[in-house]
Amino acid sequence: MTSLSAKDKATVQAFWSKVSGKAGDIGTDALSRMLVVYPQTKTYFSHWKDLSPGSAPVRKHGATVMSGVAEAVGKIDDLTSGLLNLSELHAFTLRVDPANFKILAHNILVVLAIMFPNDFTPEVHVCMDKFLAALARALSEKYR
Amino acid sequence: MVEWTDQERAIINGIFSNLDYDDIGPKALCRCLIVYPWTQRYFGAFGSLHNAEAIKNNQRIADHGITVLHGMDRALKNMDNIKATYAELSVLHSEKLHVDPDNFKLLSDCLTIVVAAKMGAAFTADVQAAFQKFLTVVVSALGRQYH
Repeated sequence: MTSLSAKDKATVQAFWSKVSGKAGDIGTDALSRMLVVYPQTKTYFSHWKDLSPGSAPVRKHGATVMSGVAEAVGKIDDLTSGLLNLSELHAFTLRVDPANFKILAHNILVVLAIMFPNDFTPEVHVCMDKFLAALARALSEKYR
Repeated sequence: MVEWTDQERAIINGIFSNLDYDDIGPKALCRCLIVYPWTQRYFGAFGSLHNAEAIKNNQRIADHGITVLHGMDRALKNMDNIKATYAELSVLHSEKLHVDPDNFKLLSDCLTIVVAAKMGAAFTADVQAAFQKFLTVVVSALGRQYH
């Protein structure tokens, strides 16, 4: 898969500045959907009391995930070195199967389409999809 | 055989009965060609696809998007035997159109996003789950006769 062009990065940054105010809601909804639509992802959260959509742990974790996305937008010129710590966390501590990054990315895109139907054009969609894929690759760096 | 709950059937039928095929079909196919440009390989004879604007203005693509979406009507009418319903279409996509079946998933992801944008908050997690389950079954049936 290709890396991000200058145009891709500009599109991602411009779109992110439009939507970042709703990052918490985006994260909550994306995570809620993931747990319902892809129930196998619940296996990573067996320690939560409540996995229902919009629950307190889901909201808290949605915010955590989106702050990671925000960090990635800021480090878009070098995701691999910029997200080294997060990669180590996911590789050695969380040990999330990287297939799940794709699943969560899909749900983030669905939420963006719902919340920003006019701004989430196909041109923005392709850049965000590429960005989230690049983010996932950077997170997978330290796995093996 | 795929088991559908009454709720899933209601959700899926509800989505399609309220769908504007002429709007959603073209949007889904255009989005697929823009987001996953390698899918353009199947549309060499359709005229200009050289940028997003050209794709969005291409009438043949728009018409084809409507055709593909109506292709789902067969599954809707035969939800208890989608596999057999699509056997012939599967052979067509394999033997005549030579479409890599991985592309079906790409188009179905774009359709999900276009429907989500249209339905807004009404596209709840449960609705998304039922819709994606339906598309997964359709995609699987379309890929079944490849060998």
